[in-house]
Amino acid sequence: MSEKYIPKSKLAQWFDSRLPLLSLSHHLKEYPTPKNLNYWWTFGGILTFCLITQIVTGIILGMHYVAHTDHAFASIEHIMRDVNYGWLMRYVHANGASMFFLAVYIHIFRGLFYGSYKAPREIIWILGVIIYLLMMATAFMGYVLPWGQMSFWGATVITNLFSAIPFVGESITTWLWGGYSVDNPTLTRFYALHYLLPFLIFGLIILHIWALHVPGNNNPVGIDVKKNSNETMPFHPYMVMKDITALVVFIIIFLWFVFFAPNVLGHPDNYIEANPLVTPSHIVPEWYLLPFYAILRAIPSKLGGVIFMFAAIFVLILLPWLDTSKVRSSVFRPIYRKFFWVLVGTVILLGYLGAKPPEGIYLILSRIGTAYYFIHFLVLLPLLGRYEKTDPLPMSISDPVLNKPGLMDKFKKVAAQYEGENVGSFK
Amino acid sequence: MSKELKPKRRDFLFTTTYTIGAVGLAAAIWPLVDQMNPDSSVKALSTTEVDVSNVEVGKTITVLWRGKPIFIRRRTKEEIEEAAAVDLKDLKDPEKDSDRAKNPEWLVMVGVCTHLGCVPLDNKGEYKAWFCPCHGSHYDTSGRIRKGPAPTNLEIPKYEFVDSNTIKIG
Amino acid sequence: MLVLLNRVILTISLCIISYSSFAEEINTNYLKTKWSFSGIFGTFDRASLQRGYQVYQEVCAGCHSVQHLSYRNLSEKGGPEFTVEEAKAIAAQFEVEDGPNADGEMFMRPARLSDKFAKPYPNVQASIAANGGAYPPDMSVLAKARAGGADYLYSLLLGYEEAPAGFELDDGVYYNKYMAGNKIKMSAPLSDGIIDYSDGTQSTTEQMAKDITTFLVWASEPHLESQHRMGFKVIIYLIVLLTLVYMSKQKVWSRFGSKNEDKEEAFDKVEKVVTEYEGEDPKTFK
Repeated sequence: MSEKYIPKSKLAQWFDSRLPLLSLSHHLKEYPTPKNLNYWWTFGGILTFCLITQIVTGIILGMHYVAHTDHAFASIEHIMRDVNYGWLMRYVHANGASMFFLAVYIHIFRGLFYGSYKAPREIIWILGVIIYLLMMATAFMGYVLPWGQMSFWGATVITNLFSAIPFVGESITTWLWGGYSVDNPTLTRFYALHYLLPFLIFGLIILHIWALHVPGNNNPVGIDVKKNSNETMPFHPYMVMKDITALVVFIIIFLWFVFFAPNVLGHPDNYIEANPLVTPSHIVPEWYLLPFYAILRAIPSKLGGVIFMFAAIFVLILLPWLDTSKVRSSVFRPIYRKFFWVLVGTVILLGYLGAKPPEGIYLILSRIGTAYYFIHFLVLLPLLGRYEKTDPLPMSISDPVLNKPGLMDKFKKVAAQYEGENVGSFK
Repeated sequence: MSKELKPKRRDFLFTTTYTIGAVGLAAAIWPLVDQMNPDSSVKALSTTEVDVSNVEVGKTITVLWRGKPIFIRRRTKEEIEEAAAVDLKDLKDPEKDSDRAKNPEWLVMVGVCTHLGCVPLDNKGEYKAWFCPCHGSHYDTSGRIRKGPAPTNLEIPKYEFVDSNTIKIG
Repeated sequence: MLVLLNRVILTISLCIISYSSFAEEINTNYLKTKWSFSGIFGTFDRASLQRGYQVYQEVCAGCHSVQHLSYRNLSEKGGPEFTVEEAKAIAAQFEVEDGPNADGEMFMRPARLSDKFAKPYPNVQASIAANGGAYPPDMSVLAKARAGGADYLYSLLLGYEEAPAGFELDDGVYYNKYMAGNKIKMSAPLSDGIIDYSDGTQSTTEQMAKDITTFLVWASEPHLESQHRMGFKVIIYLIVLLTLVYMSKQKVWSRFGSKNEDKEEAFDKVEKVVTEYEGEDPKTFK
């Protein structure tokens, strides 16, 4: 916040001097954004839309859902059949969760590619990892609420993991369950927490954006921009319009799923009511948790699997310090770029393997994938930072454009005309 | 610089976009509002059938319909005559008894005081019919408001005799 | 940038394709038939739904409940669309528990439109006990609870065969080509002419399998037609909106236009150098 913003009307000044909402709004509108941002930068706005959609549809579903093992499944059928537009609320919420994670993965990989996690943006990145963790917890608990077979057994498998903790594991698991197995107390507390966590996420997002506004956005070239120059543009209307464009595309994909393929991202077994006496042949979480599931099952020991699964997320927090390269953006890091794509492929492969039984070739590949994941962050990044020969960086974000062949000559010509001098020598 | 662009054309595009966008937003908001309206399972419970074969003359039963009490009274001859004899000019809410009870022996009314919603008590009040204790409304043998703050007569729901022993309400 | 975009689209497509392989290793070479409700413009064949209801009532309802369906659904839009009177008559054939009455007792009464479908057994345990230890699943959302959906249900109903030589089958277990593990505790429910369709259609096994499957798909997703109708309008609207929004965005950005700005910036730089060379003040040109 550089210059003080003075609102136009006296009433607005009176209000703003007591609660600077108008100043805040002015700051957000004028916020200098690098002019060279590409469409990968629109996913922050898209994610905010996803959160709001989930909260609104979630609260509405909460008006009709009954959190009791005897009625949960039936209450959702009631929503689907009887409640006006109930099927729409439910399918938007369920598919919205998938879209939320699709967007967050794109957002994260954008950060990995362009070095957005590097100084001075480490806190933004760490806040992001915490938001991601809370998203996973929220989604996990939300999936339990319909009380289908996958709800129940997924909850059983994941809560059982805590029993791997030495000494206190059993007590923690019993405490989580509120009983001796996943049952009604578990369901009701998951409902309460599922309702709560998104508001914590909302608060963290405020901090995330606040922390971002201190240094300003990163950009595809990874070079710091001069804040109030022609290298930036005010957020409104330029980035607002760009964000809205990207958002409409995103909504088209989202609503295509909702109206024409609402169950393709889910699992059919969750349309079977939970039965503690019958275990489904393959217990799988939703697709967005599969890579972690694969890592969990790749490690032969129960506790080891839990440790590696959490470590996979913890290593992200260390990322700003693991990547020692002085160059931010992969645009100028030809070797790192290749490993970036290997990481993308590995995560997708791990996701695929997470849905397969952990045996044979699937298990071998899961172990290779897990190994590569950790090697990438713990070994490759520190080494690359030291030894990679990076491409030369431009002087400013505009330079790549000015460096277009022929452009400089054009202006030399114009200048020479003004002077009436020889183009070649300026004499 | 570019502000000299024809303002008319540029504004038309933005105006059209805003308008189309606003239409979409309104269409998106409607389901969020409508989902709170009664759902089809609630609307399906909007009728109920009552067996009145055990109701003696001069007795009232109360049944639940759409969450509200319904008074079903099998009136005595005196009550019917009294109700028919009332001059409409004396009524705050003029209504003929024959319009309220098609079959004069049976009076079917929503037992909710039209003032602020309390349930009136039977066999009480100056008209020896119904009296609401909350604010002192007196109703007569046809359920019409005679004294007190209630503005209108006790509501007559839609009902019919499906046979001589059964009334279908709603 | 285009390369990056293409890579990402390829990545996402691979994810969607590979993650849909949740099904276990069972025969997924389903028998094919034309479903009236498939595709984005699909609708339910009303006559088929009515016949399917008849199959449910006369063949399946003895063991299988559809506890989340209500009798009024039979007359509502988007379904078999029996008349209200027909649906009332159907409901009245069955008894449901009600009460307690004024004496405090529960009692049975004929079902009404507002009631849920009557169940053959009061609870899951009774159902298991009456069916040789196997639970005939509730079929309200069966079409969504099975990978393969309509194709799977149809194939299963037509998939009863003699077990191959040497295949062991216990008593009360039958061989089915499409059941996971090829063993199913339901005997073949359909055979030619097992019921008489009230609309006169010939009740072949294939016809009944098709009709009951259509009925079960509707039972799982009664608002399917409404979903598709709305979806079509929404996507068209969004494409129109996208066009307008994108054009607006381009118009807004043309004011800033990175190319124009860079040209101007470069020109300004050169201008500055030239005027300084001339010994003039770049600010005033004097």
